[in-house]
Amino acid sequence: MLTLTSPVETAFHRLPAGVKLGAVALGSVLALQVTSLAGVGLLLAGLAAAYLSQGVVFARAAGRQISGLWPVVAVILVWHGWTGAWAAGAVVSGRMIFAIGLATLATMTTRLEAMLMLAERALQPLARLGINPKAIALAMALVIRFTPVLLDKAAQLVQAWRARSPRRAGARIVLPVALAALDDAEQVAEALRARGGL
Amino acid sequence: MERNLTHIALFAALIAVLGLVPKIDLVSGVPITAQSMGIMLCGTVLGARRGALAVLLFLALVALGLPLLSGGRGGIGVFMGPSMGYLVGFPIAAFVTGLIVEKWQGPIAVAAFAGAVIGGIVVLSGCGIVGFRVYSVLIAEGVADAKTFTWAQAVAAASPFIIGDVIKAGLAAGITRGLARVRPASVLSRS
Repeated sequence: MLTLTSPVETAFHRLPAGVKLGAVALGSVLALQVTSLAGVGLLLAGLAAAYLSQGVVFARAAGRQISGLWPVVAVILVWHGWTGAWAAGAVVSGRMIFAIGLATLATMTTRLEAMLMLAERALQPLARLGINPKAIALAMALVIRFTPVLLDKAAQLVQAWRARSPRRAGARIVLPVALAALDDAEQVAEALRARGGL
Repeated sequence: MERNLTHIALFAALIAVLGLVPKIDLVSGVPITAQSMGIMLCGTVLGARRGALAVLLFLALVALGLPLLSGGRGGIGVFMGPSMGYLVGFPIAAFVTGLIVEKWQGPIAVAAFAGAVIGGIVVLSGCGIVGFRVYSVLIAEGVADAKTFTWAQAVAAASPFIIGDVIKAGLAAGITRGLARVRPASVLSRS
């Protein structure tokens, strides 16, 4: 399945996932300490430099991901600008863009396997509470595998509907898709039990 | 045990699939999709505990970098945006929905509709509203002249979703009843 990891190999890809997530947490807290326009500008310039240092293609892909924020930024700017507090609006939206941009950088440069391994390690202490970390890892693997399977089934059901009716399938398609999910769940459970269970 | 696990995993996948239905973006930056119907279905079909776990599993995979949120969004960044209240509210909504369907032994369609409205709309919108307000206060912290959402503005930002959500709750109730008819043993909230 497609992930949000960038196919462009960057220097950040080689950093351990834990270090990157720690940097995101620290950076976000740091952004909330900066209250001046110059400070926020500096943070954003630094972030842009980090992206651009890994090439224009990579920076553009990141820009596309972050650009979904524009309506929120527009509302914040207009709302503050209304009363002449442009600078405050710019600082507030700059902080938000920095925190989300930094998190996007971590997501784009960390492979799913590395994230899964980190999650598995982070879940280890749960074993003491009687929760099996391996079961959670298996559940994650099942979701990753079955999302495209279920999507395929949904697409087939929509096509079958189109062959029978000139109208759009709409919400009617959700019941058979949910039924497919239920039946798959029963079958996979049986298969797991047949192989010795969890 | 295996059944619980596979139901939780497959319904997490179902939430993802429902998020790929075309969406409309509102000005407040939160998209409308069938994804919230997936949250409701987790509660009505799987019950409180399993439903909430399915939603948590889905959110964990989103955080790890899978673009499964409506509109193909994902990664850690989505938890830092203004709609984070809704993400936090997702598992709570599924839990409350499931609890109502489990405890109220009336006709399943009625219980599922009531559960979806209370859990999937009232509780979820409540979390979204608190999220809008908390986020705007947090992000404006320490900045002179910065404005924050009042409660009334947060409610106004959340309200456009409610009409669509009532339709989704009705659909979720109908789908749950259909599933209970054809696969009574698989609807774990009632077995």
